[in-house]
Amino acid sequence: MEAIPGKGLAKGLAVTARTMAHRAHTQQYPDVEPDLPPRSRGVIALFEENCTVCMLCARECPDWCIYIDSHKEEVVVPGAARPRQRNVLDRFAIDFSLCMYCGICIEACPFDALYWSPEFEYAEYDIRDLLHEKDRLREWMWTVPPPPAHDPMGEPAKEESVAARKAAR
Amino acid sequence: MIEVIIRVLGVVVAFLTLPLLVGQAEHKVMAHMQGRLGPMYAGAFHGWAQLIADGVKFVQKEDIVPADADRPVFRLAPVIALLPYLVALLFIPLGPGDWMVGQPIDIGLFVVLAVVGVGVVAVLMAAWSSANKYSLLGGLRAAAQLLGYELPFVLSAASVAMAAGTLSLSGIVAAWRPWWLLWQLPAMVVFFVSGLAEIRRPPFDMPIADSELVFGYLTEYTGLRFAFFLLAEYVGIVVISALTTVLFLGGWKGPFDAPMGWLWTLVKTFAVSFVVIWVRVAYPRLREDQLQRLCWLVLVPVSLGQLVLTAGVRVLA
Repeated sequence: MEAIPGKGLAKGLAVTARTMAHRAHTQQYPDVEPDLPPRSRGVIALFEENCTVCMLCARECPDWCIYIDSHKEEVVVPGAARPRQRNVLDRFAIDFSLCMYCGICIEACPFDALYWSPEFEYAEYDIRDLLHEKDRLREWMWTVPPPPAHDPMGEPAKEESVAARKAAR
Repeated sequence: MIEVIIRVLGVVVAFLTLPLLVGQAEHKVMAHMQGRLGPMYAGAFHGWAQLIADGVKFVQKEDIVPADADRPVFRLAPVIALLPYLVALLFIPLGPGDWMVGQPIDIGLFVVLAVVGVGVVAVLMAAWSSANKYSLLGGLRAAAQLLGYELPFVLSAASVAMAAGTLSLSGIVAAWRPWWLLWQLPAMVVFFVSGLAEIRRPPFDMPIADSELVFGYLTEYTGLRFAFFLLAEYVGIVVISALTTVLFLGGWKGPFDAPMGWLWTLVKTFAVSFVVIWVRVAYPRLREDQLQRLCWLVLVPVSLGQLVLTAGVRVLA
């Protein structure tokens, strides 16, 4: 039993009254842009110039939603004995109806060609339209925010400490 | 003749506007109490036209009567649910004098209580004619609830009628004194709570109980008929709030009541309606046995005690 009968009832009324006195936190989405947290996983953008067609992302993808086509090109370098070979990206597509936004492709890419973008407004009426080709993925690259600054209290980056040690020697 | 038309017109206007105001207030108040915004788009400014939009939507819906339903009864039930409250509004005085009430009669309280009781019949009709087990369960719950709560409802109203020595609603307000707020407080609480149960508002919405009985006796209703039941609920809030105001809160009495007593009645009615909405947001639905326990072990004894108290004060003073 409670100390005072009806205390719980009064508390219920008080809680609702207090909530009413505060402003609602609702963001009226289509009218007001939502405040997304940093590093939001909206869509995967492709920095095409960095891609070397190594296929690591496509192999690591758990549900195989990345499609890559390429061909080899010969580049004649003046002064070199033989022409060099270079991979040229023909097609890079991500099927966002399959993608589960795990981000493994971004982790796996050794050349920093894939990035998270906070852009999320790419819904389609047909599920087949969610297969986005490289030009669309490249466009999303413009929405990728700059990387967050380092934590001022944190340890320095490995490169920095190595450089400092070399300089001291 | 013209006088009658004007009076009826006034009541119909009140019947069509006050419930909408209360309904809109419920949308917004409930939303803000739950940390939401509520309707924001209909009518451009803070969703003021939401209920009108709802009404238009309900009108457009298909009118379905289940194949096994008892057609005439099924179609009549929403009207029977709505009409008693319209009739009850006719007798509730807004201010002193004959011009502030739809139809001044000497036994206003008696008539209003009798008429509001007809709502039970509508619920039973809707429940039985739907040919649906959930409707039937809801209807049986409603029967148990409404018949039980009718008793404290009438007893607490009888207490204030006894205190005033009249059954006329205007007479009760005229006899009302501010210290009655204390004297009749138990009766007021009992009247308000059993009034909530009479109009089946949460936390007394066991006949509807959407988490247990689909939608109780409203399960099979759609479109305009369903809208009628919804409207009946909102008019019910207005009627119960107005009755509480007139019987226990002194109706049009208040500071500066000479020129604008009717405003006091409206303000008090809306204040009580606000409490009705507030209670709905704050409390969960009672269990069926808790409902009966509250009625028979709390409300009925309290209202009987209040009757004894009222009689004692009347005899001694």
